[in-house]
Amino acid sequence: MIPYPFKYVRAKSLAEAEQLIGRSPEAKLLAGGQTLIAAMKLRLANPSELIDIAGIKELAFIRADSKQVVIGAGTKHADVAGSAEVQRAIPALASLAGMIGDPAVRHMGTIGGSVANNDPAADYPAAVLGLGATIVTTRRSIPADSFFTGMFSTALDDGEIVKEISFPVAERAAYKKFPNPASRYALVGAFVSKTGANVRVAVTGAAPCVFRVPQMEAALSRSFAPDSVASIKVDQASLNSDIHGSAEYRAHLVTVMAKRAVAECQQ
Amino acid sequence: MAVVSMTVNGKPVSAEAEDRTLLVYFLREQLRLTGTHIGCDTSQCGACVVHVNGKAVKSCSMFAAQVEGANVVTIEGLAKDGVLHPVQEAFRDNHGLQCGFCTPGMIMTAVDMIRRKPKLDRETIRHELEGNICRCTGYHNIVSAIEDASKRMSGGAR
Repeated sequence: MIPYPFKYVRAKSLAEAEQLIGRSPEAKLLAGGQTLIAAMKLRLANPSELIDIAGIKELAFIRADSKQVVIGAGTKHADVAGSAEVQRAIPALASLAGMIGDPAVRHMGTIGGSVANNDPAADYPAAVLGLGATIVTTRRSIPADSFFTGMFSTALDDGEIVKEISFPVAERAAYKKFPNPASRYALVGAFVSKTGANVRVAVTGAAPCVFRVPQMEAALSRSFAPDSVASIKVDQASLNSDIHGSAEYRAHLVTVMAKRAVAECQQ
Repeated sequence: MAVVSMTVNGKPVSAEAEDRTLLVYFLREQLRLTGTHIGCDTSQCGACVVHVNGKAVKSCSMFAAQVEGANVVTIEGLAKDGVLHPVQEAFRDNHGLQCGFCTPGMIMTAVDMIRRKPKLDRETIRHELEGNICRCTGYHNIVSAIEDASKRMSGGAR
């Protein structure tokens, strides 16, 4: 499969990337390319120009302290999964990164790319929304709750580049995913976090866009136990139905994955 | 068209390629290194795995231009002076292949996983192979081959 023709440019710095993306409305940023290139090969995406930001050193870093974990947008999944700092501060985040795709995909794909692309079945959006992270761009800081706006769409404006993502450290957090066995994308993934009485439940893979489940959050803040969510079903009318699974099946999986995530939080 | 230059299997190479040329086509068609296979072409099967700067990647899901200046190793670059790489040897000894189509990718993935994880148990090997699909369903012997290679290599052979 061959993509439509485009022009390839490598940006050496964030400033250069901003300037390059600003001059061409049909250009796209290329980070790890693990979703974008597949879409281009299927000719679902047709950028006039690809601005490769994979080599920009200032975008690849991990900083962690007792309050937060800040990850540069260009940091690869394998580096987050293998980071001792992330494993210590938010083990669920490191474990989620280690479940993305397969080892070869994790050597290329980046957190910024995953979040900016907002694939309905991507893993990182669940952690970003489930931990209430903040997306820091070249122009502003965007809270997770207003970042993911729909299928493959986000609050990012044209030419705005994700610089880093700041995750608050939760007391407890866990991610459980039912992967499609071939692509490893989430058929359904549930991220649960708890800090004091504040509980967040974010679900990916099930609907056109990652979403929170307020009913489960309320039940869990009353009693944080797997049984609290066992009888809560999300409305299947808003869920995806495709060859990989019906909406009814996905609705069932949301409850099961959320239950398992809560159980893991308690361990 | 632009000239793309990189090091492949230890040799500097340069060839003309469109910006949209995928690395796997650059290797197979420009350089005639046809050991790297195209299976699913959707980044799921792993038949196209090569190493770029020492890491396993799927060459069907990256452009040759992204690899400009990098160090690439393909299945053709593993054997040295007519002597098979220990992973290749272990695949042969353990009957780790049937039709052989997925084998180059399996071996490149195996070499990468052994480098990253010197101690491998069978369960870890199976998880690490999640990005490589064998349609002859020969996983059992592939896992045995990688386990065997890992033990041989921990003895200090590469």
